[in-house]
Amino acid sequence: MWTIAGEGIHPIDRKSETSSIPISEIKPPSKVVIPLSQHIGAPCESLVKIGDLVKKYQKVGEAKGFVSSPVHSPVSGKVVAIGRFPHPSGNQSNSIVIESDGKDELIDSLKENSNYLNADPKDLKGIILGAGIVGMGGATFPTHVKLSPPQEKKITAVILNGAECEPFLTSDDRLMVEKSMEVIEGMKILMHIMGVRDGYIGIENDKPGAIKAINQSATGTNIKVISLEKKYPQGAEKQLIKSVTGKEVPSGGLPMDVGIVVQNVGTAAAVYNAVRYGVPLVERIVTVTGNGINRRGNFRIPVGTLLEHVIAECGGLAGEPGKILFGGPMMGIAQYSMLVPILKGTSGILIIPKGDVVLEDFRACIRCGRCVQACPIRLLPNMYSILGEAGKPKDAEEYHVLDCIECGCCTYVCPSRRPIVQQIRYIKAEMRKAKSKVA
Amino acid sequence: MAEAAVEQEDKKGKSEEPVPKLILTSSPHQLSPDSIERIMWTVVLSLAPASLAGLYFFGLSALYVLIVSVCSTMAAEAIYQKLSGVKSTVTDGSAAVTGLLIGLTLPPGSPWWVSVIGGFFAIIICKQLYGGLGFNPFNPALMSRVFLLIAFPLQMTTWPMPSPLFSGIDASTGATPLGKLQVARLTGKGIGKAAELNIWDAFIGNLGGSIGEVSAIALLIGAAYLIYKQYITWHIPVSMIGTVMIFSGIFWMIDPSKYVNPVFHLFTGSLIIGAFFMATDMVTCPVTLKGQLLFGFGCGLITVIIRMWGGYPEGVSFAIVLMNIVSPLIDRYLRPVRYGAIKAGSR
Repeated sequence: MWTIAGEGIHPIDRKSETSSIPISEIKPPSKVVIPLSQHIGAPCESLVKIGDLVKKYQKVGEAKGFVSSPVHSPVSGKVVAIGRFPHPSGNQSNSIVIESDGKDELIDSLKENSNYLNADPKDLKGIILGAGIVGMGGATFPTHVKLSPPQEKKITAVILNGAECEPFLTSDDRLMVEKSMEVIEGMKILMHIMGVRDGYIGIENDKPGAIKAINQSATGTNIKVISLEKKYPQGAEKQLIKSVTGKEVPSGGLPMDVGIVVQNVGTAAAVYNAVRYGVPLVERIVTVTGNGINRRGNFRIPVGTLLEHVIAECGGLAGEPGKILFGGPMMGIAQYSMLVPILKGTSGILIIPKGDVVLEDFRACIRCGRCVQACPIRLLPNMYSILGEAGKPKDAEEYHVLDCIECGCCTYVCPSRRPIVQQIRYIKAEMRKAKSKVA
Repeated sequence: MAEAAVEQEDKKGKSEEPVPKLILTSSPHQLSPDSIERIMWTVVLSLAPASLAGLYFFGLSALYVLIVSVCSTMAAEAIYQKLSGVKSTVTDGSAAVTGLLIGLTLPPGSPWWVSVIGGFFAIIICKQLYGGLGFNPFNPALMSRVFLLIAFPLQMTTWPMPSPLFSGIDASTGATPLGKLQVARLTGKGIGKAAELNIWDAFIGNLGGSIGEVSAIALLIGAAYLIYKQYITWHIPVSMIGTVMIFSGIFWMIDPSKYVNPVFHLFTGSLIIGAFFMATDMVTCPVTLKGQLLFGFGCGLITVIIRMWGGYPEGVSFAIVLMNIVSPLIDRYLRPVRYGAIKAGSR
């Protein structure tokens, strides 16, 4: 069976609450807040000023530097503010606020291309950059950068990530069920750009509908659908590579070091829409779920839509909210404001009612080793926890703390309820601080 | 590391609805239901079959020992934490596990004060003085047993023979199979009759010994439940028992007139309870699976050496306590090979 052996966990996932709900639209927002930083890398630079009229799909922020990505307007309307607004990362970020005129007037220059598989890969990469496409699995690394490995790295295969191992989330699942053709065509484009013959799509076997649909669309191609035995965090890039190819990415290295490029299925669909129809990345599928919301589902939501609008469109909050997460329960980020916008990387919104949030004091490590057995990188999370609590971040270096992917397995299994991931983040932050002092 | 509830500021001040206070914590936001409490009380539950078997074979005298032992450790924990002003953890089940393990390894009918001294020694000297659960380098129940064995040798080695409930047999005392074996071995007459063992009696527990050690089947039922719940893994028990069987088997094949067969080693003494319930104590065994295999091997080897050539008939307690000393070293030097540390390739 294809899976990550030994390591990882089986958290309660409750995907069935939304996995059979088809993707639907919500009422378009009257206002969008578009952060200039929705990706890993340099924030982009605003192309508009307050008072400007913009059209739908118009580029409003230009990429600055190679590792960067532009942003576009999902509506037509007027720029009413540019400044610092709440950002789902927990900080504030420079953002462009656009008030919609409700007309959705398109830009004139949408370049369609139906002969894309004969196009020059260089041009295709240019389209992907111009469309502002970033990794939609959540990491939001600019896609054109991932598709441009240095000459000496020979890429032999592209893997599409349809594992969606994060509990509660079903947006990729629904995308694969309903838009399998877009995913497969996007994959063909990615393989054409990379010049590879072999393509794999890894999907966990709790999504039989997605596996079936993707298999149908992939018939007659070189793309193999790999059914993966369900396990968290199999959708993490390095774990997926291990599951699909058996190879391990060297510590500190990138997938290209083993000749692999990994892209999320949502990213592939966005690539297809950009290349085929010239449409930039201005909307995405978001799973809205949890006991704290009245109407769960999978929704197509414009990037920049505020959380409060999404919640209102989903029938409002069910009772007092405790935590509102962007992402799933394992790696999602707790939000502090109802005014944060949906980003290109927002795959889900999980609303946990106040009564369901358990806050416990943590206790001493009882050395049970459950975190050690759960760690998919085979590290010693217990040591990070103990050293972090003792305020000795330096001592954690010999335990390779930088290899940690913060998947949360260790914290999930800890019977002493120790906030191990948080302690790891503290150690990493202290190490960064120490390093910048030296430099 | 505490959570912070941040009141959301309403910039435009036009919202009429109350603004919710949202709880901010670091991910993950979902935790396994397996808490310390759940694990410890499950271990207590898994020792129920062995306890019941002990009650069946030894009657009320076993019941008293178990009750006094469990009450002693829980009282010791409560009193110590009350006096030192820390939050009581007496309900987390760890003291109950210690008490039950002490009781199960005592001879049925041993005096009440042996249980009390053992319980207080285990909790106060071997656990709380080190800082409480998680900080103790040795398994408290085992340390207590070793202490009692040395301090009160007479009370610790007076073994009543089984007199099953309702059987009408009066209790008598005698030596355990391992005790007889030791006498035979040390008198230099060859092991002869001492090596004879009715396997069936040993399997169900109809022989002299500690309350909870005699019934292999009852212990194995409890152990199977713990493995099923993934609260212990197979690594330590298999490696420890396997080591005992292989080494004793080698010597038995060389000279069966001097050494007993491996099955004798398996079913007499505290090998099974030790391997499944004591060596696997999470606080005092290594955290890695490789380390646990090595740990089990060490426990098995020392057990065999003590049983074959040592001055005590039984070596399991000493073996595990000695290996507890090595646990931190094993964890220090036997680390898992992390993802990507080995050269890519394979499959």
